[in-house]
Amino acid sequence: MARSAQPVGISAWAGAAVAALVLTVIAVPLGAVMLRADASSGLGPADWAAVRFTVGQAFLSALFSVGLAIPVARALARRNFRGRSALIALMGAPFILPVIVAVLGLLTVFGRQGALSEILRLFGLPGVEIYGLHGVVLAHVFFNLPLAVRLILQGWLAIPVERFRLAATLGFSSRDIGRHMERPMLRNVLPGAFLVIFLICTTSFAVALTLGGGPRATTVELAIYQAFLFDFDLGRAALLGVVQVAICVIAGVFVLWVATPNAIGTGLDQPVERWDGQSRAARLLDGAFITAAALFLLLPLTAVVLRGAGAIATMPPSIWVAALRSIALSLVTASVAVGMALPMAMLIARGRARGFLETIGALSIAVSPLVIGTGLFLILRPIAGPTDMALPVTGLVNALAALPFVLRALVPAVEQAEAGYGRVALSLGLSGPNYLRHVLLPRLRRPLGFGAGLAAALSMGDLGVITLFAAPQQGTLPLEMYRLMGSYRTDDAQGAALLLLVLSLAIFWIFDRGGRVNAAV
Amino acid sequence: MLRFEQGLLRFDDFTLEADFEVAKGDRLAVLGASGSGKSTLLSAIAGFLTLDRGRVIVDGVDVTRTPAPKRPLSILFQEGNLFPHLTAFDNVALGLRTDLRLDEGTRARVNQALDRVGLAEMAARRPGDLSGGQRSRVALARMLLRGKPLALLDEPFAALDPGLRAEMLALMGELCADTGLTLVMVSHDLRDAERLCSHLLLLEGGQVALQGAMADVLRDPPEILRPWM
Repeated sequence: MARSAQPVGISAWAGAAVAALVLTVIAVPLGAVMLRADASSGLGPADWAAVRFTVGQAFLSALFSVGLAIPVARALARRNFRGRSALIALMGAPFILPVIVAVLGLLTVFGRQGALSEILRLFGLPGVEIYGLHGVVLAHVFFNLPLAVRLILQGWLAIPVERFRLAATLGFSSRDIGRHMERPMLRNVLPGAFLVIFLICTTSFAVALTLGGGPRATTVELAIYQAFLFDFDLGRAALLGVVQVAICVIAGVFVLWVATPNAIGTGLDQPVERWDGQSRAARLLDGAFITAAALFLLLPLTAVVLRGAGAIATMPPSIWVAALRSIALSLVTASVAVGMALPMAMLIARGRARGFLETIGALSIAVSPLVIGTGLFLILRPIAGPTDMALPVTGLVNALAALPFVLRALVPAVEQAEAGYGRVALSLGLSGPNYLRHVLLPRLRRPLGFGAGLAAALSMGDLGVITLFAAPQQGTLPLEMYRLMGSYRTDDAQGAALLLLVLSLAIFWIFDRGGRVNAAV
Repeated sequence: MLRFEQGLLRFDDFTLEADFEVAKGDRLAVLGASGSGKSTLLSAIAGFLTLDRGRVIVDGVDVTRTPAPKRPLSILFQEGNLFPHLTAFDNVALGLRTDLRLDEGTRARVNQALDRVGLAEMAARRPGDLSGGQRSRVALARMLLRGKPLALLDEPFAALDPGLRAEMLALMGELCADTGLTLVMVSHDLRDAERLCSHLLLLEGGQVALQGAMADVLRDPPEILRPWM
């Protein structure tokens, strides 16, 4: 394959060094986990139950997310209405929404004392029970339905408009359009969407921590956490870490095997021009699906805002301190993630060992942050007190977790910039730092801002590896909020949730907006 | 056969205005630069866009408000004419039965149409296994089979190499002569237009700059047509 003209030599070395560093930071802790794994006793009944629950809830979450997303995406694809773009933008929000905030919102709407239970009780019916399998699945559907909608909508909008026009002139009925156009598209898109969501749900920790638990609703990641903190059984925690990696690798291989659509893609704001589905019943049905999806996403968030607004002023000072800690951590995470992603993206765009580098960049999806955290804990324990390293380790692991997404935003932009200006720069003798400063960086402002915002927001809401390391006085805002929920200080938790929500959205917006201002086209 | 009467389509930054007629069996070439409104005009005739003013009359029937699926016409686009998961046979058969429930008689007609465009041996192939020219032939076979009196061509052969394009235009000419099909073809190549069409309409910035019989126009080409020659 032809390689693009590449005026930057130093960047190749920097990219290779970063790739080696990423590989080391993931592989060494993974090795430590494997060495420490106590395989002598094998997995006990509780561990097998955790494996079954992990796979089962991930399967159900993916099934419901994708199944419900089909009619919503179809409705969005063929209807044009005021607020359509805003709703599609909202579908991207759960990605940067802190899990713990969404869980509190879901509890407010669907919990024992939630709005839905209140309504059911008015009719003499029993309230709903959110803890356990259905709560975990509900939360995962809340997070992944929008992702599935965006993936499937992209498939719908990728059908050429000529094909819909052709269908119109051939007199296709809705059924014919379903058979000849929609089903072939869905056959291509659904397996990828299902597997991506399945993979995400197998590594979900915070949802299981807050809505699961107990012998019947423990994921492998939650079992690792429990083995760590409750039993301090490092051998078992490590063994479970190996099991978790095995689950993720198997799911990951399937994801790589099946072509996965790109959720970050743009161009979702134009509905497809089509002539079917104009009947009153079809319009009503589409309207019902769009409304239900919007309510499902908006009600919990609205509840967080409304309840939190009344409580935010009376929160204890420790919450504000935790918020400052989280802001600092997210800024460090964003810097590290972008600092790692930029040289790697430049090297990937060069086309050399592309597949290998992309695999390294995506490793943190397969090896969950909690497993990396477990490994780092095992490595650091003899050298330093793990709690002393809580924030640096959390920042590093969060940056690794964000790396695949930042790379996904950066690589196409680097390729485009180099394809457009690489040869001109080469002919002018622009290279090294000058090429970076005058050619590349001005063209990467948007994806850099977006990537940094994504990394910062993901770190701001993270409730993963910090739970393993943090001492009581070291909590980040999500951890403090979890502790408040655990001690039934609901008002303070509501206030913290609102603060966390605002901070997460704000930090993403500031970076993303900053990248757009004066960005080169 | 086709009357585009005082037609007007208004967009934010573009207006298309045209008034012309195509007699039964005539072949009209709509020539124009990119952005001149050629495809927009075709979309208005096909019913993909609704006129802000004026009428579209086909075979004496006012179809201005008739939805696209009910208009008596076939259309070929530059791309996306075939469904990639279906065989050439099924793609052609869609012209007769969109549910693809075919009896013996229907199957025979599909095979006949494929034979007519020289693709009888390729019936079982999918579009991905056919060349660009063969794909165009499959789409032509379907158009032929549908038997609609009006055919709209939105540069369907533009992506083919010159030799193949000439071959397809010749085949299209034969089919029109055999069936008495009325044709409106969008093009940005005067030589293609000359090969197939009996009449010419030149669009510039959404306005008709020239129209007339091809032979008359080419006998003494006006200044406006010189850049196209």
